[in-house]
Amino acid sequence: MTVSYEAPHPVLTRAEPQGPRAVRRSAAGRLTAIAPYLEAMPLAVVFFVFFALPIVLVVVVSFFGYETYRLLIPDFTFENYRDVFSEAVTYRTYLITLEFCAIVWAITVVLGFLIAYFLAFQVRSATWQIVLLLLCTIPFWTSIVIRMIAWIPLLGRNGLVNRLLVGTHVTGMPQEWLLYSEFAVILGYVHLYALTMIVPIFNSMMRIDHSLIEAANDAGASTWQVMRTIILPLSKPGIAIGSIFVIAMVMGDFVTVDVLGGGQVASVGKQIATQLSYLQFPPAAATAMVLLVAVIAMVALLVRIVDIRKEL
Amino acid sequence: MLAATARTSRPPIFWVLALLFGAFVLFLYGPIATIVMLAFQGPEGGLVFPMNGLSLHWFGELFRPQSIGDIWGSFDRSIGLGAIVMVLTVLFSLLAGLAFRHRFRGSSALFYIAVASLVMPSIVVSLGIGSMFEMLGFERHWYSSALGAHLTWTLPFGLLIMLAVFNRFNPAYEEAARDLGASSWQSVRHVVVPIIAPSLVGVALFGFTLSYDEIARTSQSVGALNTLPLELQAMQTNATTPVIYALGAMTTGLSFAVIGTALLAVLVVRRRRARFGSDSGKAV
Repeated sequence: MTVSYEAPHPVLTRAEPQGPRAVRRSAAGRLTAIAPYLEAMPLAVVFFVFFALPIVLVVVVSFFGYETYRLLIPDFTFENYRDVFSEAVTYRTYLITLEFCAIVWAITVVLGFLIAYFLAFQVRSATWQIVLLLLCTIPFWTSIVIRMIAWIPLLGRNGLVNRLLVGTHVTGMPQEWLLYSEFAVILGYVHLYALTMIVPIFNSMMRIDHSLIEAANDAGASTWQVMRTIILPLSKPGIAIGSIFVIAMVMGDFVTVDVLGGGQVASVGKQIATQLSYLQFPPAAATAMVLLVAVIAMVALLVRIVDIRKEL
Repeated sequence: MLAATARTSRPPIFWVLALLFGAFVLFLYGPIATIVMLAFQGPEGGLVFPMNGLSLHWFGELFRPQSIGDIWGSFDRSIGLGAIVMVLTVLFSLLAGLAFRHRFRGSSALFYIAVASLVMPSIVVSLGIGSMFEMLGFERHWYSSALGAHLTWTLPFGLLIMLAVFNRFNPAYEEAARDLGASSWQSVRHVVVPIIAPSLVGVALFGFTLSYDEIARTSQSVGALNTLPLELQAMQTNATTPVIYALGAMTTGLSFAVIGTALLAVLVVRRRRARFGSDSGKAV
């Protein structure tokens, strides 16, 4: 792993107690020494209680047994994992989820790169850059459920798109594949997660020294050459961070698949959610563990490209 | 001068990308705009275009208790939870941000746990918290298990923003305060916090909106009483009237109001700073 943690600034100099005041200050000195621990404590406690511990529990529960009226029966059985790996549906579901991941990643990375490039290099006024970036960002702070539901009147059988298609005689009859389909799910993902690609790439691009580009231009490079040989390689950290987000979101998603797939589309997340709706905690935990390993493997690969701490 | 020459020499790629950008913005806002429009239909209105009349009927319907489920209960819970999450996110992120300026044992581990919490599939976190409460025999509630679940989602954003802010923070201000005899608390309270105030507003915005709209981590951790996004998801499966669009328009309006307030607050702070922040160049 190339990732490393470094303190952002040279460590701040704390006033060292000197001379006769040293004795009086020693209590305060001790307080300064433990201050970072106290300050980090609330965050650490939240992550320990509501993140680390629950994840460990998912591991534990994945080996538990279960019955209809008892959610959790302490046990050490590989039954749940055997079930996960022995069913053909598991492999189909994973294949479909990976397919979603690949398609959505490909679309968002191209779209994200072009939009970020436009904002960072083609828009020249700083004010307009901020305004246009904000325009892209605002939907991120609104309800994802609403953003998904909003596609329904557009894509449905009697929706706007079908009306246009039929009205302009592009197609003879309304298209059924627009909604409650893999197409709708992918569209929903791109709609929801394009921003998580744009922002990190934009962030990387804003750090590119413009004199590099001027030098390339002076040496006769075309816009395309500048984009390919300078901007693209230097945007890699942003692309990696954006990819981590998009892949993690799509791999674990079950809400978009539920709303825009309308029960017609499967995904790993949806499978877990379904098992949970039948209160089958241990099998859900086993499925979740497999998902977790898959996500960690993909993220670990991407993290090799980028030092997240340096990108902040 | 530079801008003037630039304007005359916009390359064709600018116009191509500008078109793409325009299409993208339309793609982002188009769907929301359609449901907002459909929400304003008359009483005869349906779920799709064309618009059937124009009225506030469906917004009125929201306030009729028999027409829909526990909308206002879930709305209240979402607002309450969002407010609590917002306050805790700002407070905990600020404190952790201050801590991360110094080297301390475990800081690297804590950073990576935060990043892991961000990229962890939400359903797994949700399942874990649900199992934990189940094993301990605790009842799941929005103010306990769901609050924790939301914090695992908002705190990484808060922490990352704070780290980015303190990466750019000039320690000279604090040193100056200390040289003038300020205690640690005074320099944080009167120097650090005012300087990073706009970023704290940003963290608050993330804290509230991410919590208010959260659904995946809430699903297994909220217990019997839903938050608004979960209620909406349940509603959309058997929605037959535009009342769901009215609700969507209302909650989106609320989000916009929150975002607008936050942006305005940042703008006001900047203005004040530009006006009162420095007396350089004011000497006679």
